[in-house]
Amino acid sequence: MIKESALVPEDAVFRKTVSAGDYFIDTINAGQTIRILDLEGNQAADTLFYRAEDPSERYSAMDTIREQGNVYLTTGTKLMTNESNVLLEIVADTCGRHDTLGGACATESNTVRYALEKKCMHACRDSWMLAVAENEEYGLNKGDITHNINFFMNVPITIDGELTFEDGISAPGKYVELKAMMDTIVLISNCPQLNNPCNGYNPTPVEVLVWDE
Amino acid sequence: MSDVLYEDELAAACHWSLRMKRGTVLRVIDKEGGANVGMLFYNPENLLERYNAPDTLKCQHTFKITKGHCLYSDMGRIFCSVINDTVGWHETACGNTTKKIVKQKWGERTYQEYRNEWQQNGYSSFLVELAKYGLAKQDMAANLNLFSKVEVNDTGDLQYCPGNSNAGDYIDLRFEMDTLVLLHTCPHPLNPEPEYPRRAVNYQILKADPVADDDYCKNLCAENQRGFKNNEIYHLGVDL
Repeated sequence: MIKESALVPEDAVFRKTVSAGDYFIDTINAGQTIRILDLEGNQAADTLFYRAEDPSERYSAMDTIREQGNVYLTTGTKLMTNESNVLLEIVADTCGRHDTLGGACATESNTVRYALEKKCMHACRDSWMLAVAENEEYGLNKGDITHNINFFMNVPITIDGELTFEDGISAPGKYVELKAMMDTIVLISNCPQLNNPCNGYNPTPVEVLVWDE
Repeated sequence: MSDVLYEDELAAACHWSLRMKRGTVLRVIDKEGGANVGMLFYNPENLLERYNAPDTLKCQHTFKITKGHCLYSDMGRIFCSVINDTVGWHETACGNTTKKIVKQKWGERTYQEYRNEWQQNGYSSFLVELAKYGLAKQDMAANLNLFSKVEVNDTGDLQYCPGNSNAGDYIDLRFEMDTLVLLHTCPHPLNPEPEYPRRAVNYQILKADPVADDDYCKNLCAENQRGFKNNEIYHLGVDL
């Protein structure tokens, strides 16, 4: 459901532009609101969330899908953890639909999806591996790189059980906003994928903004 | 395929794990109809390599799992391929029952009162099997729910489809690499039956025929041909 936010960027306590192919890792506090802004349109922000106090509790796509009875994420979606607690809630969304079934690109899955010769092209899971390696204070490792959200990605499922990749429904300036129910580690890979028409073969930056309660 | 090398029943609301060797087939048979089997795969040589539902779905542009599909690890390799399936739809998005879900839907039956007729849940079942290999809740990936069908309509709503699997229906998983298999027979979390569904399955282990050049799973799509190539590279120098 499309819902605009009343928050204005001038009031944000934190703003950072994340270039295509870079990662973002930081902690937001319970009560804070985070916005991910698609600056140039049709970008994919591959995102994982963890409970800061104990990252073994984290965003779970299965629990989120099952509890809301719907595969797409939008305004009102409660992002559930693997222990069925609410970690964040989507409070505004000008895009209307986000994917959590398609996962993130990896060098290995790129060999299957596109060509064996593509194996060394930059990929989201490489960005996450670097993020956990360069930020040891979070205590994350490869085993924590799980089933993510693809903000701004459009991956419709048909009644016959097909999974299709449609052109993005995002556009420059569209955003999604989430309110944290717990202190939360946010780990984003701003997708570097060059083989997928979804982003017009042109990955672009996103901006992260945070507001206090 | 060979004769059955081993056969056993997995009773309702139970969990187990086993190591499947490359070149063997795991046949899982719905005994009475309406079974659900939660299943996860790990590479026993590197437990960080595990079943990846998103890669499995997007590599084959499918939401359901049936004959011809390959079940991928996060490392671009194929744990196993579905060489036979009399069901037509197995799902891999809805996860497990939890203690809370079982209590809400069907009421609590404690071990103290009911002994082994208690109402186990899929999440706790996987926790037990994971712990046997030094793994924990954070290692529990999105699992398969064999025999269960969940449709998605135009607006994304999930619809559990009763009657998807009948008595005697089965699925054959041919293992393309050595794989640790975790499984449970707890009900599907969206099953609306008023009583806790108790459905046992049989499982058999058979020796697979060699994968032919015209193998159905391998040739289902170009992606699977490349997946098989990745397995071939992984096994270079190893005789089947």
